[in-house]
Amino acid sequence: MRKLLNRSTLCWIALTIGVYAVIAALIHRDIINAYYQITLITIAIDIVLAVSLNLIIGVCGQFSLGHAGFMCIGAYCGAIVTKTMPNLTGLLLGLVVGIVVSALAALVVAIPTLRLKGDYLAIATLGFSEIIRIIVLNLEITNGAAGLTNIPKMTNWTIAYIAIVVSLIIIVNFGRSSSGRACISIREDEIAAEAMGINLTKYKCIAFIIGAALASVAGGLYASYFRVIKPELFNFNKSVDVLIIVVFGGIGSITGSVIAGVLLGLITLALQSFAQVRMILYAVAIVAIMIFRPEGLLGTSEFTFSGLFKRFKKGGVKHVDSNNA
Amino acid sequence: MSILTMRNVTRLFGGLAAVSDANLYLNEGELVGLIGPNGAGKTTLFNLITGVYEPSKGEICLEHNGEMVQIGGKEPYKISQLGISRTFQNIRLFKSMTVLDNLLVAMHKNCKYSIVSGILRLPSFFTHEEAMRKEAMHILEFVGLDKFAEDQARNLSYGEQRKLEIARALATHPKLLFLDEPAAGMNPQETAELTELIHKIRDEFHVTILLIEHDMSLVMNLCERIYVLDYGRLIANGTPEEIKHNKRVIEAYLGEEV
Repeated sequence: MRKLLNRSTLCWIALTIGVYAVIAALIHRDIINAYYQITLITIAIDIVLAVSLNLIIGVCGQFSLGHAGFMCIGAYCGAIVTKTMPNLTGLLLGLVVGIVVSALAALVVAIPTLRLKGDYLAIATLGFSEIIRIIVLNLEITNGAAGLTNIPKMTNWTIAYIAIVVSLIIIVNFGRSSSGRACISIREDEIAAEAMGINLTKYKCIAFIIGAALASVAGGLYASYFRVIKPELFNFNKSVDVLIIVVFGGIGSITGSVIAGVLLGLITLALQSFAQVRMILYAVAIVAIMIFRPEGLLGTSEFTFSGLFKRFKKGGVKHVDSNNA
Repeated sequence: MSILTMRNVTRLFGGLAAVSDANLYLNEGELVGLIGPNGAGKTTLFNLITGVYEPSKGEICLEHNGEMVQIGGKEPYKISQLGISRTFQNIRLFKSMTVLDNLLVAMHKNCKYSIVSGILRLPSFFTHEEAMRKEAMHILEFVGLDKFAEDQARNLSYGEQRKLEIARALATHPKLLFLDEPAAGMNPQETAELTELIHKIRDEFHVTILLIEHDMSLVMNLCERIYVLDYGRLIANGTPEEIKHNKRVIEAYLGEEV
């Protein structure tokens, strides 16, 4: 227990509660009104999607373009369950069903496709997410192209925030455990990793499954906030949107994904009033960022409190801390 | 007692026999050298034993719990788990991981906590993680890299990277250690240090070592027995003295004395 409660853990807990309290207070005071809340929840969902994709791409080094597929599974599972059980238990149950189904789907996709590398894997996962979309488009229970409407609205700031915190804890702790190091070693050098006794298929699958399960949670929350889902929401573009957040934040940096999720959400909000040129400005902003910081905002480094303390002690010496919590 | 045997192993690449009809054995605790001209098939032989390639013919057996187990064609990670570890001719470290983490990856197969206790940070995570770190630091101290434990592997000098590869291979608890040109690119002083280190490793970690090397001073000083490979065939096997005077070896590799 003492090891759990060291100085930097306490700082993280304080930060977590602080951010929650400030935003909850702003919502209570109606400074973040119903209109801004849409952006807030979208950012929260995007963060969950981005960090889970970052686990697959950044930590394990497997280039996946199928994230929207897992989100789609989560959204439909959540929607179908909550429509018959419109309460908090229903939402939880819906999320669990989504996690189970998407984890199974991930396993089925992972075993044959994770033998592929780079571009080939990207194409295969892209194909998979299209298959999910087409299946959803043609099923009775998902109501085809019209999609599902009148899904009970349950997601709020508290639930979305819990989802972010839980997924961050899972991903960060996984990344710093022995299995997480095994995944990172696969990213670094597959041949050496295998020669050191790492079962490549197993650890790629584990990263893929955890990523898929968290993406499905994001999907479930999306469905129960926006109340309307249809297959076209989860097409290739959605996967690319998530990928942009990951690349923008820095492939491999979880902190980067969080910051990029917030920034891109705010940029989208700021551009709302320029409806016509919004997508052009968005694209220009991204191109500019990629020119000036091609490794993404944070590269592969992470923000840590212990790194911060060290920097204070050293008196402003630049310190890049990627591994010590 | 032999710990590894290769019987009539052949590996074909198309029509080319990179290794043909190779017979080889390693006794427990031996320090054996494998030499031969460039392209003779030395690394291919390593790759056959470590599972990177599957033998086209023949069998490779490793001693495991008192029995000889056939390992030819098994996946590399399984062979590594059975106790064969290696370094690479062109260094293959986990470059953006820290020196310590490089070793911890190699120790993963003996990791005693589950993924769930890693994510939930259960007490078993802390106990076993600490034990693993301690052991890794012990190995780093042994090869003299402990002061770099928190540095990224890419920031080490060339000689240190070679040492780190050896340390990483040791962290898997191998019975058999394969070193692919450990002295390549090193100056004479570094080579002398390395010779001493390899001796120390054999005595301290009780491993059997097979090494490929072109540096004859290292091979002749260090190895108790030497195999010579030429055009995929093992043409000689003997003590350094015997090898130095073997006619076929002189013709194929060492060259005539002037």
